[in-house]
Amino acid sequence: MASRDDIKFLSNPNIGDNSKKYCRFRKFGIKYIDYKDTEFLLQFINEQGKILPRRLSGNSLKYQRKMATAIKRSRHLAMLPYVTDLLK
Amino acid sequence: MVQYETTFIVDPVLSDGEINSTADNYIQHLEKEGCTIVHIDKMGLRQLAYPIKKRNSGVYYNVEFQAPSGSLIDKLELAFRRDERITRFLTVRLDKYAVQYNQDKRDGKIGAYKRKKQAAAKLKAEEEAKNKPKRAEKPKHKPKPKPAPKVEAPKVEAPKAEAPKAEAPKAEAPKVEAPVAEAAVETKSDNAENQDS
Repeated sequence: MASRDDIKFLSNPNIGDNSKKYCRFRKFGIKYIDYKDTEFLLQFINEQGKILPRRLSGNSLKYQRKMATAIKRSRHLAMLPYVTDLLK
Repeated sequence: MVQYETTFIVDPVLSDGEINSTADNYIQHLEKEGCTIVHIDKMGLRQLAYPIKKRNSGVYYNVEFQAPSGSLIDKLELAFRRDERITRFLTVRLDKYAVQYNQDKRDGKIGAYKRKKQAAAKLKAEEEAKNKPKRAEKPKHKPKPKPAPKVEAPKVEAPKAEAPKAEAPKAEAPKVEAPVAEAAVETKSDNAENQDS
């Protein structure tokens, strides 16, 4: 019979404590998102070059909008791709 | 006065002189219209994320300027559209946060750009350290053929032996200073680095 210690690891122990998402722009006081800083913008797009939703990025509405425009500007200037595969 | 920022891509197939002259042409155009140029950033040859006009790379320029009125932007963009040498352009009005951001970027206060600036400063320091002994050596070689009598020759050689010893600490000095400067900046920039990660 399985002892008490074995049973503990049958389920993921980290499943209970969900760390809350936050808006990094609000938290660190970033007021302007530069469309030329592609390294930073890469954090908000997925492998196909799509903009991540607020649901995943945790951004507040105001900064999600600003971030989205920055990415779109960056795409226009061919600093980021419109469509790709295996971007990261 | 409103601050604007225009980024444009010049065809890389042109010669260096032509690329520079096209960029200067637009900068002069802006100055004629009564703009004050705040900063010109030559971002240089970059790979495009997707081909434009069957080109895979472009020379990026970024010009920040203060314009007395917005009407000259139309003229500028019309000139960009008519110009075959320009593959892409984007003009953006900067709000106060953007102006502050660009100023901080130039001063090297922002994380990623700070690291680049430090790397550039390090390279410069190393180059200077390399160049110093070279400059010092040149005058030493010249006096060699001049002294004809054999007796004087050892006297000239003696300072030669001493000179490199004196130079050695000079070359080391910038290396020692660099880490100290980094450490000081790193402690300050803890917040800034968290923003990046």
